[in-house]
Amino acid sequence: MSTAVEKIFARTLGRRVEAGDFVEAPVDLMYFHDGTGPLVLKHLVEEMEVTSIPHPERTVIVFDHSAPPHNDQVADLQRYVRKWASKLRIKYLYDLGEGICHQVVPEKGHVKPGQIIIGADSHTCTLGAFAAFATGIGATDMSYALATSTLWFKVPETLQVKMKGSLSRGVYSKDLILYIAGRLSASGALGKTLEFSGPALASFSVADRMTLCNMAVELGAISGFCPVNEDVLKFLRSRGAHADFTSSTDEGAADEVVEVDCSEVEPMVAAPSTVDNVKPVADVEGTPVDEVFIGSCTNGRIEDLRVAAAILKERRVAEGVRLVVVPASREVYLQALREGIIEELLKAGAMIGVPGCGPCLGLHMGVLADGEVAVSTANRNFVGRMGSKKARIYLASPATAAASAVEGRIADPRRYLP
Amino acid sequence: MKIRGKVWKFGDDVNTDVIIPARYLRTFDSSVWPQHVMEGIDPEFSKKVQPGDIIVAGRNFGCGSSREQAALAIKLAGIAAVVAESFGWIFFRNAINNGLPAVECPGISKAVETGDLIEIDLEKGVVSTPRGILQIKPYPVFMREILAHGGLVEYFKRKIRGD
Repeated sequence: MSTAVEKIFARTLGRRVEAGDFVEAPVDLMYFHDGTGPLVLKHLVEEMEVTSIPHPERTVIVFDHSAPPHNDQVADLQRYVRKWASKLRIKYLYDLGEGICHQVVPEKGHVKPGQIIIGADSHTCTLGAFAAFATGIGATDMSYALATSTLWFKVPETLQVKMKGSLSRGVYSKDLILYIAGRLSASGALGKTLEFSGPALASFSVADRMTLCNMAVELGAISGFCPVNEDVLKFLRSRGAHADFTSSTDEGAADEVVEVDCSEVEPMVAAPSTVDNVKPVADVEGTPVDEVFIGSCTNGRIEDLRVAAAILKERRVAEGVRLVVVPASREVYLQALREGIIEELLKAGAMIGVPGCGPCLGLHMGVLADGEVAVSTANRNFVGRMGSKKARIYLASPATAAASAVEGRIADPRRYLP
Repeated sequence: MKIRGKVWKFGDDVNTDVIIPARYLRTFDSSVWPQHVMEGIDPEFSKKVQPGDIIVAGRNFGCGSSREQAALAIKLAGIAAVVAESFGWIFFRNAINNGLPAVECPGISKAVETGDLIEIDLEKGVVSTPRGILQIKPYPVFMREILAHGGLVEYFKRKIRGD
């Protein structure tokens, strides 16, 4: 009787592995971005004095945090990353404008179920949507892994969320994960794998699964996980990634099981300034808004832009509100163009940003001033996250964000949906 | 290894954005980071903290981003150790990897207040406080070795590569 994550480690190491074991394991895929990359490469090259790595073909770099650079210092750091990526013969570098690492890495076919994946970014847990063990780590861990192709792990216990029922109209996977965060708290899955399962999982698309797993770290989890289904396998096949791991957690193997009835969830927000300060939209409706951000590794996919455009079509963003929309990748952007979504958003008054992290981490493209209020589809509403320490951030679904942009106040999206 | 110092106490779920916001990260000048440490909670903290002081916190200290500068800002500010009920996992790894003891000690946040003197004895696995002695979760051997080398870079160079 094992969890899916125990099976992944056992498969890689060729022996039985149990949650709680400390193991040194080979890493199948390593990726980092222009934010963490400079420190990763400085540690590796200048401090560890490593100038060739054993597996440059397992390494991916995506420039997403400052796309394009917003000052000369950042431009210089990005040049440093490019220089060493080339000298180390790192095989895959997706430069500015390609999109967010957690979106681009699966789009380009780098992810396979059953892999052990590390990323120098906390939202690496997103890739658990593809039944991989994927975890965020810091710069020095990444340097070590680049040098040795291995890393130590504590095999995590699994907290299984068994989901039943179906989401109501106007309620999305983002509302569901916020609801779960509110119930379990910011440390509710501390040090564990947050696994999504149960009969409702079948109804969730690849994009939904990525949204759920993306926020696992906001509950303290080491990784997120969804067992594969036909949709996921089809997505992977279309990217040239063929799955040979289709296992899931055995009944009774999870350390903790939580049951969630999806039909009970309504449109939710995480109110300032913690991700577990979750309330129904109804409780904060009418709060005046200065900025709305639709994008990020949580909710910048085509499915999210479709929902936003359906609400904003033939409507206008309220006067005095800035709506910033940032597609998660070039591919998402192109698809949105083909579907006429970008035109509808522009006509409604949106600003469209370069694919990447956008204003999520407060560097550019919509930094908040003292006292401003934002509705964001991203994953963190911490003090100072998007700019001023005196700004307040509400996390919400793309539908709630779009409805709030129309009204200039936090709004329930259900009255805008057909 | 014994660490004795004065306590600065913080609450639960202290996240990396309040430890150091992203806008201060885009530099190799590491002297910038400790100037902004804990700015999101206490803008004066970097001026008040003294070398050898100890941060004590509640649950899930260092949750959020993978930015290693959060651990580095604390270390470079002269903080000798962080003792918490529990840690965000990435922060915990980053701290150990940079030679900053991150000590998991259930009960600590109720046992001490800011200004108290405490002593951490990593060998014996205890923290002595004005209100009694608390047990800490022992590190596995390899983690003690990483700390003893001052971090993962030196551990790699000397222990793994054998420089």
